[in-house]
Amino acid sequence: MLIRYTALRLVQLIPMALVVTMVVFFVMMIVPGDPVMVMLGAVDGAQISREVYDAMRLRLGLDRPLIVQYFNWLWNMLQGDLGISITHRTPALEVILPRLVPTMYLMVGGLIMAVIVAVPAGVLSAIHNNTKWDHLATSFVVLGISVPTFWLALVAVLIFAVHLGWLPSIGYTKPQEDFIDFVKHVTLPMAVVALNIAATVLRFQRQDFLDQMHQDYVRTARAKGLSERLVLWKHVLRNSLITTLTVVGLQMAYLSGLITIVETVFNYPGIGYLLLNSIHTRDFVVVQGVVLFMVFLVIIVNLAVDLLYAVVDPRVHYQ
Amino acid sequence: MEIPATNDSALFAPPAAPSMSVARMVIEFARSDRRALVGGLLMILYILIALIGPGISPHDLNAPDLNVRMQGPSGAHWLGTDRIGRDVLTRIIAGSQVSLQVSAGAVILALFLGAPLGAIGSYVGGSVDALVQRVMEGIMAFPSLVLAMALVALAGPSVVMLWFAIAFSAVPRYARLVRSGVLTQKEREYVDAARAMGQTPLRILLRQILPNIMAPIAVQVTLDLARAISVESALSYLGLGLSVPYISWGTMIRDAQDFLEVAPWLAVFPGMALAGFILAFTLVGDALRDRMDPRLRTSLSRRMVQS
Repeated sequence: MLIRYTALRLVQLIPMALVVTMVVFFVMMIVPGDPVMVMLGAVDGAQISREVYDAMRLRLGLDRPLIVQYFNWLWNMLQGDLGISITHRTPALEVILPRLVPTMYLMVGGLIMAVIVAVPAGVLSAIHNNTKWDHLATSFVVLGISVPTFWLALVAVLIFAVHLGWLPSIGYTKPQEDFIDFVKHVTLPMAVVALNIAATVLRFQRQDFLDQMHQDYVRTARAKGLSERLVLWKHVLRNSLITTLTVVGLQMAYLSGLITIVETVFNYPGIGYLLLNSIHTRDFVVVQGVVLFMVFLVIIVNLAVDLLYAVVDPRVHYQ
Repeated sequence: MEIPATNDSALFAPPAAPSMSVARMVIEFARSDRRALVGGLLMILYILIALIGPGISPHDLNAPDLNVRMQGPSGAHWLGTDRIGRDVLTRIIAGSQVSLQVSAGAVILALFLGAPLGAIGSYVGGSVDALVQRVMEGIMAFPSLVLAMALVALAGPSVVMLWFAIAFSAVPRYARLVRSGVLTQKEREYVDAARAMGQTPLRILLRQILPNIMAPIAVQVTLDLARAISVESALSYLGLGLSVPYISWGTMIRDAQDFLEVAPWLAVFPGMALAGFILAFTLVGDALRDRMDPRLRTSLSRRMVQS
């Protein structure tokens, strides 16, 4: 049944994927000026030879109707052909893929750290509602939401790298080359990502746990004589984890933006940093590719979240 | 107030809000919720500062004064001076104007683009509604910051472009909010009454339904103001925001990061101004939401039931 549901959901994703790719395609089309020149990276009046210009124009298929152009472009994308990067002079996919790995470390690590901290903290502040602990947790949430990420990252650099000298402020080392150095480099950016996500997760975890605590099934469990600890940490937590899952899913789009900022502050060689550099060098082939990767990540994670509901909550049935 | 007894529309008008003046409602609200009080006062402070502008400062906004380069906070320069001796406080005050201008414009634009889309979709229904819904879902898959980065990079930064870039990803929120509002209100008696009186759909939408769904819209607007300014500052920090003569807090922090060690105040104070702004609107938005409908807080888990 789960397989059938997965297939159904995948089919339902098709219109969304079409919309997303169309947005990316047409945003590139509305670029002021000649799209050929933009694709060649020659925006500021650079001279391009006639042959190069014609070759690009032909490659882009600009003589054909817009809708044909779109489907051609989409077909190339599906085959992994994102175009040739203007600054790197290699296929855009080859530029993006190696940078995807460091970003994944940051995203997955940050998310795991956030959940490990925020879920128990949220539960505790819900159980000890209106105590000092709860106020501390809520203040953390308010600060976490209000403080701009890039500023938080800069302050973290100031404290841990500049003043204490515990960790490097920028850069990256591959884990297979030097694992200790990798951990040192990845700790600060990962912590900034985690703090940011943790604030939101904590907020919803606390709220949902509070709501769940007044549900009938909790009264039933208590009436059965189950210990308070068992009721709260098993029954209630299991139910409110659905909220956590949803929040994590909803945070994915936000997380991509967050990654871009954090990677930039720490000169961390992931796709977010690549995105910003490509924007600055006007390498729109790479920009397009990175945006598509980010969006499809969002879509896939949300699909996974939908499927996970079934695992966490047996009440959820799929037709 | 005199209401002619023969006026049908008065008889069938939706139940009026409790007869309390707006000012008293605001005071009552601020008293009952500390978040609303703190956030509201901060909000007023920011708006006042932006309205008054950098003119109240004795220091010039842009003129360099090389005698007082990179000085820490002092009596003459309360928040210190920057690399070329400009007063940080004066520049922060000027930055508040840009912040308000950009965030308010973006949110208003998102509202005016999203609300009609949601209203049309839900009122017409069928394939129009389905199409609007799919497009909105597609836009929601985009990271708002990344989308704004791409749009600004393509079209070049200007106030209007920032409005569009920031508003774009907020449009679906208003479309969905208005859509679900209209869908629930459409079945109410007062809409039937208005229809029976022969009012046009547009009039029903604007005069009958809209006042009844204003509350959630107000909440969303407040929260989105905070979101808009955090996107704007991030864009500026990344070097994609407004350039001179505009002064943005994000740009100030970007310029300050090279001097983090020797002149931390250059980054710290604009950051605090920014955090305070976001804090103010988030607090008020949260307090409003809890007051309007306590059940909204669980709306996230409701998604599960629908799926």
